[in-house]
Amino acid sequence: MAKLLNLAWVFMLLAILAVGGGTAVLPEMQHMTVDQFHWITNSQFRDVYSLGQVAPGPNMLMVLLIGHKMAGAMGALVVGLAFFLPDCILTLVANRLWVRFEGSPWRTAVQHGMAPLAIGLMLAGTFAIARLSIFNLTSLLIAASIFGLLMWRHINPALLVLAGGLTYLLLPHVVHLFPH
Amino acid sequence: MSDASAVAEAQAGARVSLGVIFWTFLMAGAISFGGGVVAYLREYTVSDTKWLDDEGFLDALEISQTLPGLNAVNMSVIIGDNLRGIPGAIAAVLGLVLPGAVVIMGLGAAWQEQAHNPQVKAFLIGVAAAAVGLLSTVTLQLGHKQFTKPLDLAIIAATFAAVSLLRVPLYIVLVVIGSAAIWLYRPGAKHARLEERTRHLRERLRHRHYIHLRH
Repeated sequence: MAKLLNLAWVFMLLAILAVGGGTAVLPEMQHMTVDQFHWITNSQFRDVYSLGQVAPGPNMLMVLLIGHKMAGAMGALVVGLAFFLPDCILTLVANRLWVRFEGSPWRTAVQHGMAPLAIGLMLAGTFAIARLSIFNLTSLLIAASIFGLLMWRHINPALLVLAGGLTYLLLPHVVHLFPH
Repeated sequence: MSDASAVAEAQAGARVSLGVIFWTFLMAGAISFGGGVVAYLREYTVSDTKWLDDEGFLDALEISQTLPGLNAVNMSVIIGDNLRGIPGAIAAVLGLVLPGAVVIMGLGAAWQEQAHNPQVKAFLIGVAAAAVGLLSTVTLQLGHKQFTKPLDLAIIAATFAAVSLLRVPLYIVLVVIGSAAIWLYRPGAKHARLEERTRHLRERLRHRHYIHLRH
């Protein structure tokens, strides 16, 4: 029970801090679940994040796996509710109030001020995943070539993600076929 | 029922059933692999069902991006709420997350069984590396305007340094840098006036770009 309450509290906090979306809150999530509470290890955090990339829908559904690892199906349910419900309620309320602030100069100030902050947080989230996954030439090449490909033209990201996984899995074997 | 939902219903011509809302978001949640959920939502709610027009979609996206939480989930709340109030929002969010939740629980079970399989490990490292490329592109394109303005660039750099290098807790970053940034853009400030001139066009372009990118 204490474990469930702890999970609920941490993921509710992360939900409220998720300004700029899921990527923006990744460093804090990693810090709390890995360093602070030792629920999972860094490499498990990376694996769970990758599974979220492979599944359909929002990538951040991967939080369910952290809950499941800690407290089974009940843990997944608690984490799911804690991570999604607060923001849903907040959005519901804001949706009904938003029109009231139409044209308010402060609404504009909040939007303009928070936009670069959100970008900075997304950058930090990207960096957090990079630190966990880029540690040799192969992984660096995968990240760099996908970045290059996407800047050049639009390609379905799902295909690129699968291609990245398969490349890292198969490249060592392929290289092995051609001994120096 | 709010005014907004009445308007949406009038636009739609008829009351959309909760089942249809659930089913529509279920489809969007089931086929949006590799992120890009917002683009699929646009496909289903604007192009197919015409529940809202492009303008309405971008307005909803603007609210979603300003609030904490995942954009796609926040969007589902807004569209569902505008169609059928709170039950509509619940149907939309459940539809959106259910397929992914089922798949990820299945993948998670397989992963826990194969925890020490080096091939599974290698595949997931490759996926994470690919995600870094993907996230870099999304961040750069989403923030392409911010990256060219000195003030915004300073806010981006300060945020990144605080979180990634100095490990400042996120709530402190949000309160300190957030209030400083809002103050710099306060009504009447120099940056705010400059910003106001290009605001509308810029926001629209940025969102179009984003939707396009994640398609």
